[in-house]
Parts: sequence; structure tokens; C-alpha cells
Amino acid sequence: MNEITDLSLKALSEGLQAKTFSSVEITDAFLKRIGALNAKTNAFITVTEEAARAHAVDADARHAKGQAGPLTGVPIAHKDLFCTEGVLTSCGSKMLANFIAPYDAHVVTQCKTAGLVTLGKLNMDEFAMGSSNENSVFGPVHNPWDLSRVPGGSSGGSAAAVAASMTPLATATDTGGSIRQPAALTGTSGLKPTYGRVSRYGMVAFASSLDQGGLIAQTAEDIALGLGVIAGHDVRDSTSANVPVDDYAQELEKPLTGMTIGLPEAFFDERLNASMGQRVDAVIEAFQALGVQFKTVQLPHVAEAIPAYYVIAPAEASSNLSRYDGVRFGHRADNPTDLMDLYERSRSEGFGSEVKRRILIGTYALSEGYFDAYYKKAQQIRRLIRDDYTQAFTECDLLLSPTTPSTAFPIGEKSTDPVAMYLEDIYTVATNLAGLPGGSFQAGLIDGLPAGYQLTGPAFSEGRILNAAHQLQQATDWHQARPEGLTHV
Amino acid sequence: MYEAVIGLEVHVQLNTASKIFSGSSTTFGSEPNTQASLVDLGMPGVLPVPNARAFEMAVKFGLAIHAEIGTTSVFDRKNYFYPDLPKGYQISQFDLPIVGRGEVDITLENGDTKRIGVTRAHLEEDAGKSIHDAYDGMTGIDLNRAGTPLLEIVSEPELRSAKEAVAYLRVIHSIIRYLDISDGNMAEGSMRCDCNVSIRPEGSTALGTRTEIKNVNSFRFVEKAINTEINRQIEILEDGGRIIQETRLYDPDRDETRSMRSKEEANDYRYFPDPDLLPVVIDEDFIQACRDTLPELPAARKARYIERYGITEYDAGVLVADRDIADYFSAVAEQSGEGKLAANWVMGSVMAELNQRSQSIHDCPVTTEHLSDLIGRIKDQTLNSKTAKIVFDALLANEGSVDDIIEARGLVQVTDTGAIEAIVDSVMTENPEQVENYRQAPGDKQGKMLGFFVGQVMKKSGGKANPQAVNEILRSKLNA
Repeated sequence: MNEITDLSLKALSEGLQAKTFSSVEITDAFLKRIGALNAKTNAFITVTEEAARAHAVDADARHAKGQAGPLTGVPIAHKDLFCTEGVLTSCGSKMLANFIAPYDAHVVTQCKTAGLVTLGKLNMDEFAMGSSNENSVFGPVHNPWDLSRVPGGSSGGSAAAVAASMTPLATATDTGGSIRQPAALTGTSGLKPTYGRVSRYGMVAFASSLDQGGLIAQTAEDIALGLGVIAGHDVRDSTSANVPVDDYAQELEKPLTGMTIGLPEAFFDERLNASMGQRVDAVIEAFQALGVQFKTVQLPHVAEAIPAYYVIAPAEASSNLSRYDGVRFGHRADNPTDLMDLYERSRSEGFGSEVKRRILIGTYALSEGYFDAYYKKAQQIRRLIRDDYTQAFTECDLLLSPTTPSTAFPIGEKSTDPVAMYLEDIYTVATNLAGLPGGSFQAGLIDGLPAGYQLTGPAFSEGRILNAAHQLQQATDWHQARPEGLTHV
Repeated sequence: MYEAVIGLEVHVQLNTASKIFSGSSTTFGSEPNTQASLVDLGMPGVLPVPNARAFEMAVKFGLAIHAEIGTTSVFDRKNYFYPDLPKGYQISQFDLPIVGRGEVDITLENGDTKRIGVTRAHLEEDAGKSIHDAYDGMTGIDLNRAGTPLLEIVSEPELRSAKEAVAYLRVIHSIIRYLDISDGNMAEGSMRCDCNVSIRPEGSTALGTRTEIKNVNSFRFVEKAINTEINRQIEILEDGGRIIQETRLYDPDRDETRSMRSKEEANDYRYFPDPDLLPVVIDEDFIQACRDTLPELPAARKARYIERYGITEYDAGVLVADRDIADYFSAVAEQSGEGKLAANWVMGSVMAELNQRSQSIHDCPVTTEHLSDLIGRIKDQTLNSKTAKIVFDALLANEGSVDDIIEARGLVQVTDTGAIEAIVDSVMTENPEQVENYRQAPGDKQGKMLGFFVGQVMKKSGGKANPQAVNEILRSKLNA
């Protein structure tokens, strides 16, 4: 038998049902691995060891009484922007480095109810702003495939923890690519559901109209199991969709014959580097072998996605982050001389430079005299992009593209060039602007580093995306590659 | 000569049980911060959920002022920093308010009716309160009020005097009370008023530079603040100066307005649609349901009172202005069957007493049963106007029922002609000179002189003699 920590979520679930091992054994195995690897990866900000063991004991009791669900006793870790009652919820920021959340996010409550064992809280770019996980007050996360490289961001901790087998499942969030890009750079599977599929209640906001909670795991199948737990309508989130949740696990097994996948021409232009192009070609061939048809489709306005995103997301962020003023919670400057001094120093000291940059951009875009030229124009582009996708999905079932322009880059390489960093999201942001589900799955290695391919579908087609990815994972072994050098501890 | 141009922005706290975007209670006067939930505190990760009752109330108001109802209503964020604004923005409505253009009629001093346009009314959340005087060198923050639903009602700049502004404010107050969507208590801040004031030379159509007087909290102060501001602006223009567009505060102690901030320092609120809230679509069924439950409004009630009780238009206008007083009046009128007498008593003694006590009609010790009994005893001539007033005062002092008071105080009117004749005789005997003067006076002077004898007789009877009988008997005896 493999080490427990090498097992997929599915295998852990089955082992628990079969009483091959207990939740306490599983939990201890993962806690031990976290203890051994966190100094290297820096994936966890907080490890809730005691609470995890207590959860595991409860879970074993549920199993003994026959009251367990499929994921009861299986470990999970949460991105540190999901509020967890009584536990630090820092958002990777000095601003909230002292913030013990007084309540659980909807996603956290759902996981607790299902009996999942929380191992701790995962590192991230500050307030989910970044594509490298270098913007964390708790230090950068290191990519398990090469510790000198970034794991992607903003859910870098989630991706690295799954890639390093420190947790079988991690929650994450995606505003412009923050689940898919790190999944691609760490050789994991990641899904950003349709906007409104997973409640945002208790998920600290970056850009409310784009933020969506999702999952990172080793396989599409594992995500299907987890998504059934966290998806669903929540009256506490007005933007939560009142749409029935599909049986994702059941959809996994459908054959792909007759499926048509579109290739957006704009994503296959001269900017796509050759080695990434080869990985995507390999994915296409593997899908074709499963009976999938491919055709080229047009997304005429998708080139405008990055500029539109970098107006809308900062605009919303500038307002969402106004509550961090040093008055009620979070960082507060020492000895303020007056109210303005309290505001200015609390915020200057509490926020990092990327967050400040985006607050400035967003404030500017919403200002009197600039609103029409920036915010309004960006919203018009957003509508056009949404229409592009609607049109494309009249011709195909899913869209396929690379997830990222390249593989993981060295820590420090892009941290001083925000525009280069923003271009990391070139294939992913349009999906958020359109509010659609998108997943990134393993496409094999380039020079020893993982590459990912992205599937995007119509609203609420999570089941179809996971079905396609699962069938491909059944036919290939790209998802089984593990970072060397970290394998056993 | 100058003409004033005035527009009002009235903030009305809606009396929903819970807040506009959270489940916290909206009760006034609780311990600080005991009615502030995670949402009201603006905790990281929390989200607003709209309260449907607030929409119902806003739609009813819109229907009452014959306004267009916004079928797609969007919430926007108004961004600014202040310690009692927990999120750093207020959720309000900017481009697409729930209530569009409407109108109300006000009655001018000369009795004419003037129609005033209402530009819009929109829903928003109230802020908390900063308490500056409770802690030395520090400011306390009470977030109980944060998230209380407000309806902001914006008038067209069609008011031309402080009196018109107050008349308009009273009409708005009357409508919200009839709809029972707010307690309209200005002293507690459930209704607050910002006054936009400018002046221009009479006859001019261009608008002058305006100032905004913030948060005036009584009808009287609205009138005084506007008049003070008009005079301040006239003085500046007369001295060759220029009005600065700015926000001002009214200080009732000094009866002056003071600058708060000028336009140059004004906030850019960076309004944009709140991405946490979807546009609210209000369909015709919802509007119809609101229409079906609209109560009788002041204008309709006024017409009904004139018709049913035969009272004057002026009296009806005064009585219907306050829904509670109107209810009180109509109960007395119905129970006593005497609309005119009921109107006189309510508008006279009752309202004077309430004004003096600064009380609402609910606190009045004279119940509608009391007052209709009293009117009944006037009608059956047990009481005259003088003794009736004595009984009324005794009712105010909680001395019991009308008949108990009449009994206890021996106030039964003397209508027995024999008894009155005896008093008349003794008065005439005691005042022979006046009797002689009366008898020698020309007929047109006698009427006035009769008053002396009536007074003496009433005095001797302890106010209980029936004045009509006294008059008749005096005339016949003096002219004998």
C-alpha cells in the first residue's frame, strides 16, 4: 500500500468506509507531513492540530455509529480568506494578521457538517491579489516541484499543499484565475465553479462580482466529491444561485463520444509558446481518442478581458477594502493623533504594495470624471465578452485552452513588474468576467514542471467539465506525476 | 427683492422590525452596540440580504404620491470613510431609485393649493452614531442604528418660502404616518431633513448658488433655519458678496447656520452598483398588492370629513394632518354624533393641551369616550361652555368620568327659570343705578349694557345658570 498521504480523496473515502484506516490515522499522517514540509513550502499559515484531531475522533465515532457521509473523516484545509470561527483568518495580510473570525463561512460550515476534518488555513496572496503567492505577509509559498519557483496565486497555498500531499483537498477562490493558474503550476486539478454556485458568505471579498469559491485536489473525481459538499443555494448570499446541485460523481462516468470542444482562436495565436502548445496538442489528441470533436471558435472581445478585469476588480476591491480602517478590527496604528492619522497609518501599515496599487487603481477608475471612461466602459466590455461565450456555446459543449502562458517561474522574477504578472491571467480572466465555470487539469510536464489545460463551460456545467477531465485522467497518467524530492518523509 | 428657491431632502426611517440588510432589530434606545450583527459591523466576509418589507413600504409611499415605481431598482455604494460607517460605504440608490417622479399638494397660508414635485425617493441604510461627549478625548461608536432602512425623499426646488417648506414637510410627515411606514419622530431622528436653499432676484429664472443645511430635526427649526439662511444669503449679496456652495449646520441656540464643508472639500462618493446585491425587479403583482393595502390617505379623508361632519375645509385640513388626531376626532364625532362640536373641542382644548405638554394624542388622559360624553352633556344642556371647560380640565387631571365630575363638583346647569328669576331679581336690587341707566339708554346701546347683568347673574350662579335662559329673563325684567 502507498503512504496514506499519497492517496486521493476518493481512495481515502473508500478506505474509511472499509475501515482500512481511521480518520485519526489519516489526520495524524497528514499533520505529520505538514509538520515535515511546511518549512519548505510555507503552504500553511495556521495548522489547527488539536481541533483536527478532535474532528477526526468525532468522525470516527460517526463511522462507528453508521452516521458517516462519504467524506466524513477526510481532511481538508481552507484558504485563509474563508472565515473560521475562533481561528486566525488573515487573508495573507498584516491588516488581518490578528483577526480571529467570529463565525464560519458557509463553505466551512458545509464542510464541518459533512464531517470533513479541517487541518488548518492556507497561505495566499494578500486579499487574493496576485498570481505568484509572493504577496503574503507570511512569506511566499514555494512550489513543491521546485522550491525556488512560485506555485502561482492567489491560491498558492492551496495548490502547493495538495501538490505536496499535505492535504488531499483544499478550498480556494478564483477572481481572475486564482484557482486555475496555481493548479496548473503545481500539477493539480482545480475548479472555479459558476458565479453563484458556491456561497460567498464568509469568504473575505476581493472583487465581489468575480470572486468564486472552489476546490483544488489531485483529480477531477476528488473535486466532484468535494463540490457536492460546498455547492448550493445560501440565503445569506444574495448572489447565490437557486439552482439544484447536480450529482457530480454520477456525471463523471459518462462517455465523451459526441462531445464537441471549441478552441478559441484568440488563445492559440502567436503568443502561445511552443512547448505549451505541444502540451495542449497532446491533450487534444487524448480527447480525440475518446471520441471528442474539436472545432475552432471565435471569442472576438476576449483580448479586452485583461484591461476590463483590471478596472472592474480593483474598483470593487477599493470599496470592499474600505472597512479595514483600524476602527473595529484588524491592524490599528499606534497612538493616532487624530482620525485621519488613524486611517492613513492603519491602512498604510496594514496593506502591502499590491493591495495598495489596486486600491489606487480602483479608486481612480470610480472617481468623478473617470467613471464613464473606465468603469462603465469595462462593464460594456464585460457584457460583450459574456455574449461571446454565449455565442460560442451554441457551437460547442466546452472550450479548451492552456491555463497559463508558461510553467512556474522563479520567485522574484515578476514581482517587480505588475503588468507581466497580470498577463499570467490572460487565459483565465475572461471566464470570471463571464461568470462561467472553468477548471484546470494536468497536461503533463515541460522540463520537469507541470503544465495545465483549461476547460470552460456554460453556466452550471461543472458536471460536464469534471466529466471530461475525469475521462481524460482515466485515459492518461499526467495527473499521477508527483514532485520528486518531496515524495516521502 | 429676492425670491427663495428651496428643495428638501427628507430621510425617513422605515419602521421595519429588522434592518434593511440584516436580521438585527431596529428598536430605538437599546444599549449601544447590542443590536449590531456581524453584517451591521461590516465584518470581513459578510454580505447584505435585502429586507422585502422595506420595498413594500417604499412602493406604498410611491403610490401615495402618484409616483412612477422603478420596476428595476439597483443598489449602489456611496463610498466615504467615517467611524460610524462600518463598511466604508453606505448602500444607497443612485441611478435607478425605487420611487421615481411624484407629487404632493400643500396648502398655502392664503388657502390656495400648490403642487410640489417629488423628484425621487430611494432606499438606503442608515449609519451608526458617533458619541463625542461621553468619553474624555475619545469618540464612542454605537452601531445599533447602522443598517436601519431609510427612505430618502427628494423634492424639486419648487418651495418658495420657509413656510412652504414646512407645509411640504408636514404633508410628507402626514403621508408616512397614514401609511404607517415610520413613526416620523423628528426628535428621535426617525425623520430628518436637509434643506437646499438659494436666492435670486425676484423675476429671475436662473438659479442662485445653493447651500445645504444638514440634519434639521424639527418642523420649527426647519422654518427658522431656512429663514436664517435666506437672510444670511441676502446680506451677502447686498454687500456685493458671493454665495459659496457648501454644506452648513443650523445651530438653534444661536439661530444661525455655520459652514461644515465647502464643495471643494466635498467627498467624491464614487458611486457604483453594489456587486453584492442583484438588481431588484418589482413586478406589477407586487405593486398591485401594495396598492390594495393602501390606507385612506389625508386628502381623501379630508374630503370625507367635510362631507360627513359638515366641518369647514380649514378645520378638516387641520384635523387630518396627523393620522392619530384624525382617528381621535372621528371617534369622538361618531360617538357623540356632533361633528362640529367634536372638531371645535379637538382643535381647541385637546390640541392646545397636547402642544403645551408636547405629548402625542396617545398620551392624552381625555379619552374619546370622555370627550364624546362631555359633548353629550353640552348637547343636553347639563353643561354650558364654561362648566364644560371645568369638566375637561378635571378629565385631564384624571378625576374620573364626565358624570362623576359633574356630580362631585355640582356643575349641573341651572335651567330652572324660577331659580334664575330669583338671582336676576337680587342682582337688579343690588344694582339700582345700572338698572336705571339701562332703562334710559337707547335701544341700540342696551345690548352692550346687558352683558354686565349677565356676568353678575352667572357669577352668582357659580357659572351653572343656563346662559340663554339668563338672557331671556334679564331682558324681560329690565324692559318691564
